[in-house]
Amino acid sequence: MPRHTPFHSRTGTLCSSQSWQEWSGFLSANMYELDHIHEYNAVRISCGLFDISPLYKYAIRGREALGLLDRIATRDVSKCRVGKAMYTTWCDDEGKIIDDGTIARLGEDHYRLTAAIPTLTWLQDNALGFDVSIEDTSEQFAGISIQGPTSRGVLGEISDADLAGLPYFGVLEGKVAGVPAQISRTGYTGDLGYEVFVAPGDAETLWDAVMESGASYALRPAGNVALEMVRIEAGLLLIDADFHSAKQTFFAVQKSTPYELGLGWTVKLDKRYFVGQEALRREHERGPVKTTVGLEVDINALERIYARFGMPLHLPYTAWNDEIPIYADEERREHVGKATSGTWSPILKKYVVIARVQSGHGKLGGRLQIEMSVEGERFTVPATVVRMPFFDPPRKRE
Amino acid sequence: MSQEYDAIVIGGGHNGLTCAAYLAKAGRKTLVLERRHVLGGAAVSEEIFPGFTFTVCSYVVSLLRPEVIHELELAKHGLQVLPLDSAFAPMENGDYFANYADPATTREELRRHSERDAENYFKFSQLMYEMAYAVKPIIGMVPPNPANPGLRGLRDMRDLFKHIHGLGKRTFHDLTKIMTMSAADLMDEYFETDVLKALMALNGIIGTKLGPKSPGTAYVLLHHYMGELDGAFTAWGGQRGGTGGVSEAIASAARSHGAEIRVSAPVAKVLVKNGRAEGVVLENGDEIRAKTVVSAADPRVTFRKLVDEKELPPDLVTAIDNFKFRGSSGKVNLALDALPKFTAMKDPSLITGMMEICPSMDYLERAYDDAAYGGFSKRPYMDIIIPTTVDPTMAPPGKHVMSIFVQYASYDMPEYGDRNQQRDAFGNAVIDTLTEFAPNLKDIILHKQVLTPWDMEQEIGLAEGNIFAGELTLDQLFFARPAPGVADYRTPIRNYYQCGSGTHPGGGITGGPGRLGALEILRDRA
Repeated sequence: MPRHTPFHSRTGTLCSSQSWQEWSGFLSANMYELDHIHEYNAVRISCGLFDISPLYKYAIRGREALGLLDRIATRDVSKCRVGKAMYTTWCDDEGKIIDDGTIARLGEDHYRLTAAIPTLTWLQDNALGFDVSIEDTSEQFAGISIQGPTSRGVLGEISDADLAGLPYFGVLEGKVAGVPAQISRTGYTGDLGYEVFVAPGDAETLWDAVMESGASYALRPAGNVALEMVRIEAGLLLIDADFHSAKQTFFAVQKSTPYELGLGWTVKLDKRYFVGQEALRREHERGPVKTTVGLEVDINALERIYARFGMPLHLPYTAWNDEIPIYADEERREHVGKATSGTWSPILKKYVVIARVQSGHGKLGGRLQIEMSVEGERFTVPATVVRMPFFDPPRKRE
Repeated sequence: MSQEYDAIVIGGGHNGLTCAAYLAKAGRKTLVLERRHVLGGAAVSEEIFPGFTFTVCSYVVSLLRPEVIHELELAKHGLQVLPLDSAFAPMENGDYFANYADPATTREELRRHSERDAENYFKFSQLMYEMAYAVKPIIGMVPPNPANPGLRGLRDMRDLFKHIHGLGKRTFHDLTKIMTMSAADLMDEYFETDVLKALMALNGIIGTKLGPKSPGTAYVLLHHYMGELDGAFTAWGGQRGGTGGVSEAIASAARSHGAEIRVSAPVAKVLVKNGRAEGVVLENGDEIRAKTVVSAADPRVTFRKLVDEKELPPDLVTAIDNFKFRGSSGKVNLALDALPKFTAMKDPSLITGMMEICPSMDYLERAYDDAAYGGFSKRPYMDIIIPTTVDPTMAPPGKHVMSIFVQYASYDMPEYGDRNQQRDAFGNAVIDTLTEFAPNLKDIILHKQVLTPWDMEQEIGLAEGNIFAGELTLDQLFFARPAPGVADYRTPIRNYYQCGSGTHPGGGITGGPGRLGALEILRDRA
């Protein structure tokens, strides 16, 4: 039986669709109404409120906390100052990605790591000989994420923290709704937004205050269906959709490196030793065989295919996560990779897709063919390689 | 002072801007001249009361052609359309009818009123969908002149007949019926619940001085169903920040291609020499020369004000004089201290959608009767949105703006006194009627902006306050818009073109006239 998060007394009542999915053993709302579109729009126009309690959270404290995290992370954690957070990936010894997440530096020797999969053992195994304490705080914190242009207003009304002074990827401890909270300017939407963690006993107080304050800012509770669309627009990868963890798959073919995932920028080869460094150095020198790209589907071409069936253009109403063949040519002779997720973006008015292709086919502006089926018949539709993130508003950083 | 442009577009409404964007994109040195201090024409957002942005005239977007959105990359330039996917119609007996984005919820609501209507609702949607698909190519084509079609016109007409013929006999028959019947009769064929029929018939009367029982209104209804949002027909939405945001997005696209846009630059005349347009004279006397002049104004301004009638054939002058404007609607915009509470609204989520004051078909017909001989409806029909419920940036936190489209109101209403008294009387009738359905309304009004058809003419330039720059009745559509022989965006004056809503495919925020006009200009002056 999936468990309830500390917000369930609220989310359970609000979720009129009763549409849930399992997330790390917890029930997580897919959408609060029978339709997700209001939630999607809220994130882009006003703001959405997500329950992110199921995230795995770890507290790493002690003299060598930095040393441990730097040994694991591909990024240079020593660059992360107190009051800042950092997105990073971490890999196995072969340089294959295990997971991605954020490291927040809450104090001189105090870090918080968030992860999508259980990571305690990996931390412990790497901590041998380090003077650190590692604590799985996953259930000591309930978390919400407030994402969208009006999120600062919502949070500002109920917090004494200096939100205007909190930069993108900044983190601080303060009070929200009168209860102690960790606030970070982070999220999974590519928009202006904040994540707030409080003690589980304070969860309902926090939720109620956010909902009340949010009423003046058109805030809406939002679920996974809307989140899927916005994270694709933001070009953010999803574990088990766009890639698999090296620790959770049996097959070499399903493992990938940060370079192959377009996350090469998180790999700092010239920092001190970290797990996977040598393998990644070799790959870097050789050049990765695959690369992850953003694709924009030619909807005029798609419309012409529909017209053959006497149908108007049909666009997906929700995001999809699926492995879809990508070809270099219309005749489907040269298979060059796979799409892993895609969505019609109502805000961009574009059909955007995340795909992993052979490196030679990843050039910006390049033309590829994506397989699609209309009325059960398979076609190829042209798609152009474009820059990711697809959606990147200045307010995210401002 | 004399400057030379490839093209001057008169009027910075959304169609003028669209035309300019296409011309500039094709490399033409283009100048837009707008009379007012703001762009947008009737698609304009203005801060009428400090901190509150009003979507002054037009308030919804749906008909904006997908090709315009994509070819001009309007999303990149700020177009953000939020679906308005529910409608709430309070009834006189305290009950209500609502439809929702989710078909299952709508079906349950329909069943509350009539099991039969619940089943027929899909059948009606099917009809509208088929009709919208049937007429879609018409919206995107330059009207051929059936009397003198030329090779291209013949080819276009052949393709069109092939398309419609291919849709099957039933669709063709339905289409001819819808082109001629009344909205009320159409509803009677599908539904039995009165409030539902009234709600569904609304689109047949908007912007038209006809009652729901007048023949021809079924077509006006269909016109409102042609909207497409992300590939979904019949979808309506609101632009973030009001419809001025659509104009701003198009203007931004035009500028990105090099177009120059001037506001507060009213044009007095088009310079015509030997039957050719050579430029314009501004009201301040400045002359600006151009190889092409395009009017995005309505047909009356285009043919009767900007050029001398002696430059035009008399038949055309007569046809333009006979072109029906007959503004029939007004607008009331409110700044509100809190949300209005509709007595009948059991589901508070409906406040984010459309609210329609149309409790019965007779209510609508009576509203028409009131204004048939002048004046305004004592209890008018209203189409209401509160955009701040989804886009809170249009007002301070917790405050709201309410956009109320009101029908019917006449251009001249002398029985109420001078223009100020007319406006006050009209505004009061609107507020009084709406207060019957939302009793706290009067207590929460911070500011009120009232526009009668006459005000719309004075402020925006819409002749007689017609929101479509000419009624959308069959006699004024396609190859007859604005008059036979000049429906292809050209005029009898060489190098003088039209691209406003008074040309095909007509009113609403479509961008269609602007785009098709520009493409014709580019054909002539390749």
